[in-house]
Amino acid sequence: MPSFVIQEKCDGCKGGDKTACMYICPNDLMVLDADAMKAYNQEPDQCWECFSCVKICPSQAIEVRGYSDFVPLGSSVMPMLGTEDIMWTCKFRNGTVKRFKFPVRTTAEGSANAYLDLVGKDLDSGLLSTEEVDGLVLQGPIATV
Amino acid sequence: MALPNKPKGEIKAIRDPQVEEREVDILIVGGGMAACGTAFEVKKWAGDKKILLCDKAAMERSGAVAQGLSAINTYIGDNTSDDYVRMVRNDLMGIVREDLIFDLGRHVDDSVHLFEEWGLPVWKKTDDNKNLDGKKGQKMGSLKGGAKPVRTGKWQIMINGESYKRIVAEAAKLALGEENILERVFIVELLLDANVENQIAGAVGFSTRENKVYIIKAKTMMVACGGAVNIYQPRSVGEGKGRAWYPVWNAGSTYTMCMKVGAELSMMENRFTPARFKDGYGPVGAWFLLFKAKALNGLGEVYVASDAAKKELESYAPYGTAAITPTCLRNHLMLFEMKAGRGPIIMDTVSALAELGKSMDKKELKHLESEAWEDFLDMTCGQANLWCATDTEPEKKNSEIMPTEPYLLGSHSGCCGLWVSGPNEDWVPASYKWGDKGKIYNRMTTVKGLFTAGDGVGCSGHKFSSGSHAEGRIVAKSMAQYVRDHADFTPTLAQSKDELVDLIYKPVRLYLDNSAYTTDVDINPNYVKPSGMALRLMKATNEYGAGTATYYQTSSKNLEIVMELLSVMREDSEKMAAGDLHELMRVWEIYHRIWTVESHLRHIQFRKETRYPGFYYQANHPQQDDANWFCFVNSKYDPKAATWEVKKEEYVKIIPD
Repeated sequence: MPSFVIQEKCDGCKGGDKTACMYICPNDLMVLDADAMKAYNQEPDQCWECFSCVKICPSQAIEVRGYSDFVPLGSSVMPMLGTEDIMWTCKFRNGTVKRFKFPVRTTAEGSANAYLDLVGKDLDSGLLSTEEVDGLVLQGPIATV
Repeated sequence: MALPNKPKGEIKAIRDPQVEEREVDILIVGGGMAACGTAFEVKKWAGDKKILLCDKAAMERSGAVAQGLSAINTYIGDNTSDDYVRMVRNDLMGIVREDLIFDLGRHVDDSVHLFEEWGLPVWKKTDDNKNLDGKKGQKMGSLKGGAKPVRTGKWQIMINGESYKRIVAEAAKLALGEENILERVFIVELLLDANVENQIAGAVGFSTRENKVYIIKAKTMMVACGGAVNIYQPRSVGEGKGRAWYPVWNAGSTYTMCMKVGAELSMMENRFTPARFKDGYGPVGAWFLLFKAKALNGLGEVYVASDAAKKELESYAPYGTAAITPTCLRNHLMLFEMKAGRGPIIMDTVSALAELGKSMDKKELKHLESEAWEDFLDMTCGQANLWCATDTEPEKKNSEIMPTEPYLLGSHSGCCGLWVSGPNEDWVPASYKWGDKGKIYNRMTTVKGLFTAGDGVGCSGHKFSSGSHAEGRIVAKSMAQYVRDHADFTPTLAQSKDELVDLIYKPVRLYLDNSAYTTDVDINPNYVKPSGMALRLMKATNEYGAGTATYYQTSSKNLEIVMELLSVMREDSEKMAAGDLHELMRVWEIYHRIWTVESHLRHIQFRKETRYPGFYYQANHPQQDDANWFCFVNSKYDPKAATWEVKKEEYVKIIPD
């Protein structure tokens, strides 16, 4: 079904105004059944299996089951996203397990330099703001026809 | 798009939504890499102006990079922008806008340097030529400081990009300010000015979270909502329809919205049918380039090295005989094998890893295995799951590769999109530059004040993630110029508030007026649900419009039939119904898809040659015809007359061979 929500683990983000999976799904698939306080994937055949909901769920209540039209049962791929790294556990149908850890970010979350104080000088030049700061000169082609 | 048998979505649509009217100087429609570039750059040049960004999703994970990426495919580094133009030109069979490509090339590295500064881990080379991942590689310094990236080809660099979009969106949101961003607002129609001819004046859309319509007036705007996906029947038949190679939520909105206000499109006949690992659509680039794997035919032969393949490529000289075979011709060779009964095509991962293993110790081998898996896990997790489910360890078992269903896009190895102005410089030919009131505005469409970037800009593929971001920044500056130069312009809408609400909520009203007539709301003679219309579209294009069903072949007669089917679909699309807000989003997406794919096929119909063998074949004109068709094909929809004009547009060579 692509992403699915484990009944026991989902707490509907405790009724907060922003259910994590619903907030993040790029295709507007995850919704909250407000009566049951459980989330579900409302349109499984439009799931890209991007794992955004899996990675963001604070209760680890969301997993992915491969597409039924071509993926055999019995495997699982689960991420654990941290602030610096992501850990993946890949379970094969035959029981083999592989674990991988990859970096995701080299700076603290929220610290991206947006150059808030930077004011461009020459609006009519072809230079972007940070190129202007670096003193770059706009290059034309080395040779033209 | 098989929606369940009752309107779900939990947010029921109502007849009369709230209406929020806004007036801004600059509107940014979209939230992907290009829009993030604009959001980062725009206040540096228009800090005192009112700016608003609308994203259909949440910027943190929206657009093509939502899932992450394992490489940045455009980084110039030690290369030249001139060579970048030559590479793109050859890959796209000669007909490209060299001004736009060159302009992108000279700015793209600045965006990549920002990504690294913001925290994107970029792989580095050690002094003794070993690869370090993005975290360990920090000790080598930054790209901007001169550190060497790990190249997989001439233009690509490796990253640990799981959080690529989150990092880029964070900087964009900080730069623009949360108060200037509306997420989950889907802009669906653009509006022309009531007084000034051919001038953009605003846009309308709706929230997918509450019953609310947004009417936004703007002096200038950028539309960057990606390419078009699920316009052809995917190879998957059920749940796997979501496993599109390009993001399944890209609905052709960029092309349709701009086309409908009269913006000229170019090279819409171009498409992309990437060869990828079968079904999971995992990337093959690292396998070919980093791991040096070879593709075999069903007989176990390295078919690209055969005399027959070489001969076939020679018939497409000079592109086919260039050092790097164009993407479409690589597909062509693959199809050549498959049609001759020598399929399927197999990626020989086993031999490749064994070969690499000869010069590596155990630790390095382990690392290599990890790199192979990261390539999937960073950007196509579903492919990793498919390998797990089929017990595929690449060192022990090979995998099949297959060209996908067709996609329309302008940022990857495709080049359809809007016809936009190039930069205002002497080396740019006059026919490539335009603007308003004597000024030239880089990346402006042929509608005044309307800009686009990324997948939206035609004739200049191979921008990828980094180039789309850089192009978004170029547009930011152009829009700042436009606003400055049009200080006295006040956008005026021709339509009333009620007319616009009715336009947006028509599918909801149609549903509410008629759904009680039948016992099953999905089957009703007075309307069609978007799920059904989506399938009708994909069936027609697949059968007649050069889909996978016919090995991407169409013909003049087939095109005639599909154009007729599409014109009826466009009529019927006025009768799509939506019971909830999610379904209303689907209605508008299908509407956008229909117009976009119709434009794609109209261009194929007009171009009487087969320019991109491997992407599509026009059976009545199976060869390239440089004498008559070495030109762009442009088309324009006239919003007043509701007619199309398709024409040839001159190609000008700028960069010598």
